[in-house]
Amino acid sequence: MTNDKIIQVKDLKKYYKKGVIKALDGVSVDINRGDVMVVIGPSGSGKSTLLRSLNLLEEPTAGSIIFEGVDITNKKIDINKHRQKMGMVFQHFNLFPHKTILENMILAPVEVKKIPAEQAKAKAMQLLERVGLADRADAYPIQLSGGQKQRIAIVRALCMEPDVMLFDEPTSALDPEMVGEVLDVMKELANEGMTMVVVTHEMGFAREVGNRVLFMADGKLVEEGTPEDIFENPQSERLQDFLSKVL
Amino acid sequence: MFFTQEGFALTWDYRQLFIDGLVCTVSLSALTVIFGFILALVLAVMRLSNWHPFSFLALDKNGHLREEGFLAALGRFNPVSFIASIYVELFRATPMLVQLFIIYYVVFADIDIPSFKLFGTIRFERFVPGVVALSLNSAAYLSEIIRSGIQSIDGGQTEAARSLGLTQTQNMRFIILPQAIKNILPAIANEFVTIIKESSICYTIGVGEIMYAVASIKGATFRIAEPLVVATAVYFCLTFPTSKIIEHFERKMSVGDKR
Repeated sequence: MTNDKIIQVKDLKKYYKKGVIKALDGVSVDINRGDVMVVIGPSGSGKSTLLRSLNLLEEPTAGSIIFEGVDITNKKIDINKHRQKMGMVFQHFNLFPHKTILENMILAPVEVKKIPAEQAKAKAMQLLERVGLADRADAYPIQLSGGQKQRIAIVRALCMEPDVMLFDEPTSALDPEMVGEVLDVMKELANEGMTMVVVTHEMGFAREVGNRVLFMADGKLVEEGTPEDIFENPQSERLQDFLSKVL
Repeated sequence: MFFTQEGFALTWDYRQLFIDGLVCTVSLSALTVIFGFILALVLAVMRLSNWHPFSFLALDKNGHLREEGFLAALGRFNPVSFIASIYVELFRATPMLVQLFIIYYVVFADIDIPSFKLFGTIRFERFVPGVVALSLNSAAYLSEIIRSGIQSIDGGQTEAARSLGLTQTQNMRFIILPQAIKNILPAIANEFVTIIKESSICYTIGVGEIMYAVASIKGATFRIAEPLVVATAVYFCLTFPTSKIIEHFERKMSVGDKR
């Protein structure tokens, strides 16, 4: 694992209502290439806000995010260029319901990256093959189960060949029996060396797949460490309390 | 008896007037639908725009946006959206007839339009103000339909599109509008049918559409019931297929809705 920093978050703040609500209250963290960073914490702790700030779906109030050497919080840069290199997977899948699975996947490569449609299709089919959904290429999202939808959402993001993948509670909206199939895809991705930032409530996944775990509470980064540090040897009272509730 | 065979026979003698009227009504409605829809799209985008040119005035000394007071309100002010709102409210709150007369007698009073006959029958210098008035009016209604359609699409769609690197324009074109238009097609069909029916008001400024034919035949034959029956039938034959055709597109676009 190299120590090449792919994302640097510097003193990130996100305030609502004139600072009465501090969703993020000065978070700084470096993400290295190849990291599988899992973000855990109670709801309302700011972990989703942090993740969504990384590709600026959430505009931070203050602080900066350096992605591959460029400060993307700078208003003068073209954020679309940088978003192409950050794949994102949402809790509610957000597939495009009026497009088939294949159309969902090739839209951005063809329209944004200007890749020829045939080439994009070939790449998409290859990815579908990998997640075992090649036979559903011409189906519409509504015809798929939740687990299938989320696997499609993952490969849709992969079609853009991103440098980092952001997961925003990817299994929270799934029926329990479908969680495994999605986590398996993510695990495979991690094993291939993809840089990943995962907000999740799946402690098993955090422990098994993550190489770093962040614990957030009240908009602050409370504790950071390897899964062993966090789960076997929690330092702060806040984390001990959290773990006693979820484990 | 209101209707007599003789009356229908007389009306039949003047059938060419109805044919001319039909051509005129169809042209009037079709152009109104096109111009009205384009203007409505512009208005809807204006209303939903996110442009706050005075936001710099609302910053406090720490560079944060103020929450209260006159400057905060000024910072939130979006002139483009404001203009579109005024337009929509104005056109929805005043009678179509008043708008038509203002356009024809006031706005076009000093505008010279070449006076010739379109397709050999339509008086161009009266036709143009008619199209303009109808388009301006229907755009107000259509823009509200489009706006509600766009706002009904889940925000997650935009987030997914933007996270893939699509620009706001590409997001609108490929993701939001196709879904929004599918949702609002019934309302749009309704508005298109309304345009066909409302176009009859242009008879008051001498546009030779179907009601104009009725008035002409009444003047020539002193019959009114029979020409009105014919006009009713002609209007129905225009509006009914229109809503059916749009229903067809609605079915075609809802492929993603069925399991």
